[in-house]
Amino acid sequence: MRFLFHTGRYFLFLKRVFGRPVKHRIFFRQIIDEIDDLGVGSLGIVGIISVFIGAVITLQTAYNIELPIIPRYTVGLAARDTILLEFSSTIVSLILAGKVGSHIASEIGTMRVTEQIDALDVMGINSAGYLVLPKVVAMVFINPFLVMISMGIGIFGGWMACVTTGVVPSAEFIYGIQYAFIPFYVLYSLIKSLVFGFLIASISGYWGYYTSGGALEVGRSSTRAVVVSSIQILLFNLILTQLLLA
Amino acid sequence: MIEVHGVYKAFEGVRVLKDVSATFETGKTNLIIGQSGSGKTVLLKSIVGLHQVDEGEIFYDNRSFTGMHDKARKGIRKEMGMLFQGSALFDSKTVEENVRFPLDVFSDMSFSDRRDRANFCLQRVHLENVNNLFPSELSGGMQKRVAIARAISLNPKYLFCDEPNSGLDPRTSIVIDNLIYEITKEFNMTTIVNTHDMNSVMGIGEKVVFIAQGEKGWEGTKDDILKSDNERLNDFIYASKFLKKLRAEVNK
Ligand SMILES: Nc1ncnc2c1ncn2[C@@H]1O[C@H](COP(=O)(O)OP(=O)(O)OP(=O)(O)O)[C@@H](O)[C@H]1O
Ligand SMILES: [Mg+2]
Repeated sequence: MRFLFHTGRYFLFLKRVFGRPVKHRIFFRQIIDEIDDLGVGSLGIVGIISVFIGAVITLQTAYNIELPIIPRYTVGLAARDTILLEFSSTIVSLILAGKVGSHIASEIGTMRVTEQIDALDVMGINSAGYLVLPKVVAMVFINPFLVMISMGIGIFGGWMACVTTGVVPSAEFIYGIQYAFIPFYVLYSLIKSLVFGFLIASISGYWGYYTSGGALEVGRSSTRAVVVSSIQILLFNLILTQLLLA
Repeated sequence: MIEVHGVYKAFEGVRVLKDVSATFETGKTNLIIGQSGSGKTVLLKSIVGLHQVDEGEIFYDNRSFTGMHDKARKGIRKEMGMLFQGSALFDSKTVEENVRFPLDVFSDMSFSDRRDRANFCLQRVHLENVNNLFPSELSGGMQKRVAIARAISLNPKYLFCDEPNSGLDPRTSIVIDNLIYEITKEFNMTTIVNTHDMNSVMGIGEKVVFIAQGEKGWEGTKDDILKSDNERLNDFIYASKFLKKLRAEVNK
């Protein structure tokens, strides 16, 4: 029941988000601010996580493929495909669901409980559109870039792991990451990241927008935003994988 | 003039407003008074259309606000200014940006005209040299004044104030009340103020509507209020000893 209620209200909410916009000048200004806030502000965490996970993926692959008949460059190839297919798009988006999702939900939730959204509505501004659309556009725009950056840094992390531990010779790893490269894997990840960016911003906006009560409820909304957008990312990951790779 | 006809409002089956009718006059400070939880905020938000009423009609100078399309409503919205209980300033914007915001969104004025207008409004509420501060850097009374400046920036015909004095000391309360009163006279607005502060009632209550448990309990002016023999009203206003004494003197 509650699931149906929220799904229905979420789609009505989306209709308002894409409804009557404010002046273009204001809208573009907002998008720039959001890209800076949500996207550029997430570079640090994306970088740190990517370098570490990239290293760990490489090491684990290396220790699991110890058979002499398998060439060492396979490690590079396997690590690359894991990073391109799954890690950079899905895991990074899950992490952003935590960071960006809670940020969006608490920002909008606070505006709700302090009547700032009422103030917009009284002025005759489409508050859902004014507040959420720039965030959705910014996330859909910036998420693919974050994912691409994560791919690069993740593979670099893997190479660093090889160089420092010597588990795979550097030259073999570099040969491996170029071997049998399928460009569609990158495209596949970028398509996923567009969808995930949309899900994070719109779902978190939804939970923030429909907060009622006080500070406690703002906290609750932001937790909900993170949980629900994470689950939706996993669900859509499954659907998109089936659609794009099957 | 704003007229409210037989308004009902319930939340999830819980009745909050029952058959409320009242008239709020142009060029006057009209007060809605009542205990905490009596439904003042719900009534005010119903009047401005933030709550959809279950039954009843609301007229803005004979234009039916409840019966009109969204587009026409939007036109009337540009004639409204509202001051919220907690000021509701945009935290992420500076004082000047807050006051300029309605102009930025709705007017075709040039940037310097908009800035001048914002400064004019800020001066009107006696605020200077705070343009670049953020709301969190201001005192409660100053925030209220910024909110008034924002509410009047588009030169509204209707001004709504939800408990403009909540959280303010008596002296600052009087300053805010007087500002609302002066602005109402200066621009001939229809002003509706929610309050449970009897000082405001006696100060600026040109027209008073008393709400008790979601129903209109009494209607009149500040001069009638002390002479009224309405039981529920008297229970409400003579909760304070000071006013009890005042009443004895008036009736002597
Ligand atoms: N959005 C809402 N959903 C459900 N109930 C509500 C809602 N808003 C108000 N109420 C209920 O309506 C009643 C009247 O509330 P209202 O805020 O109008 O009181 P008030 O007279 O403004 O009080 P105060 O002086 O404390 O501000 C309360 O019982 C409140 O619980
Ligand atoms: Mg109230």
